[in-house]
Amino acid sequence: MTLPLFSTTEDPGPDFSGLIRRLQVPVHPTVASAAGTVPTGGAGGHEFRHGTTVVALRFADGIVMAGDRRATEGHVIAHRAMEKVFPADRYSAVAIAGAAGPAVEMVRLFQTQLEHYEKVEGVVLSLEGKANQLGQMVREHLPMAMQGLAVVPLFAGYDLGRGTGRIFTYDVTGGHYEETEHNATGSGGRDARTTIKLGYRVGMVRNDAVELAIQALYEAADEDSATGGPDLIRGIYPLVATVTAEGFDFVSEDDVADRFAALIERRRAEGGQP
Amino acid sequence: MTMPYYVAPEQVMKDRAEYAQKGIARGRSLIATTYDSGILIVADNPSRSLHKISEIYDRIAFAGVGKYNEFDQLRVSGIRHADTKGYAYSREDVDARSLANLYAQYLGQVFTHEMKPLEVEILVAELGNGLYPPQLYHIAYEGTITDEDRYAVLGGETESIAERLEEQWAEGWSLPDALRAAVGALAGPDRTLAGQDLEVALLAQGNGRRAFRRVVDGELETLLG
Repeated sequence: MTLPLFSTTEDPGPDFSGLIRRLQVPVHPTVASAAGTVPTGGAGGHEFRHGTTVVALRFADGIVMAGDRRATEGHVIAHRAMEKVFPADRYSAVAIAGAAGPAVEMVRLFQTQLEHYEKVEGVVLSLEGKANQLGQMVREHLPMAMQGLAVVPLFAGYDLGRGTGRIFTYDVTGGHYEETEHNATGSGGRDARTTIKLGYRVGMVRNDAVELAIQALYEAADEDSATGGPDLIRGIYPLVATVTAEGFDFVSEDDVADRFAALIERRRAEGGQP
Repeated sequence: MTMPYYVAPEQVMKDRAEYAQKGIARGRSLIATTYDSGILIVADNPSRSLHKISEIYDRIAFAGVGKYNEFDQLRVSGIRHADTKGYAYSREDVDARSLANLYAQYLGQVFTHEMKPLEVEILVAELGNGLYPPQLYHIAYEGTITDEDRYAVLGGETESIAERLEEQWAEGWSLPDALRAAVGALAGPDRTLAGQDLEVALLAQGNGRRAFRRVVDGELETLLG
């Protein structure tokens, strides 16, 4: 390795993906975005690992983001403790649904990209700027999405300038749309969305928002085979995180476990009828 | 046909060294020292936006004195090196020693092969962990690299500043003690430096993954006492 120095005309500036492209670091085709060889997706008969339901909703002080832990390969459970909710930086979170390999790689690149910008420029990107960056990464991934390896992230964070939480959803083309209150994506996203829609109130407090996110994942797991519910035997629970003016924070596993236990107890008391 | 004048290589090197030293001595100085829970870096720098100290990676900081555009280019290339390495391998594979070596090679290369040497002196600091002690790599304009485990002084008048700091230096001193001694050593007997004349940053244990943190405004005033 030598010191990466560039002439003023070739300098990639604070753009990390531009930098690794120039340095020709072997990375995922997402970044190389070469029109050349990308593996063929499900159509070729080979099943890739997929991650499923993630949700985000706004509350009075910021946002809550949550995701189940199951990864599937076709009809087989591939992994029981996959993480789909990540801190993007101090004031934002990203959750992923879709082909697990490229999705996790995209998150890693996105995290590095935000930190790289911050260090080189000496200032943090605006929340809108971060959302755009992620959109560009999803767009560069489009050729692979067309071959069955779609990645659909969910991005949310605390906008320090506006003093509020904001949520952005994406489609496979990299188009991103700001949500006013809440959204969910992935195979169980529809069920999760319905649950949130029924329980949502504008300006709800943190406790209620975390509870609603947990309930949404429970319902999604109840209806969708690719979404994992609480795994009481192994003690694996969905990941729940909040982003507020104080920054990104995971809700403790014990807290999540207690909430699921209470939810299950309530359902049992109601005679198993939701 | 006219023949170029012969200039002895010794003379060439001497002239370049003098040129670089003059450039560096014109600027203000900087001190880095270890304290009980990390590394403190203090620069005599009244600017709020043109930083001399900055973050390279989780446990690595950079500081430079001399010509701003030259050390800033080195700073950015250090961040690029560290982020690329951390992305290609893993975060724990990024270390200050290899980065310091790259800087030293580059500075040495420029010193011997280019018309003009870089008028900078830089520091790469790495926070210790259970296995390694904290490291301060001091790299001079011609690529000489020295590693210190107590303190490093960069810039002009380094000898007198180091002397003043040495008098007060104590193993495992606290942050306020270290800061006051460093500020006193930078200021010297004839000047005083207040909060607004200083740029202060830390690599602190217990600061999470990213150990780098700037000390500004209220906190700085409190520490200065």
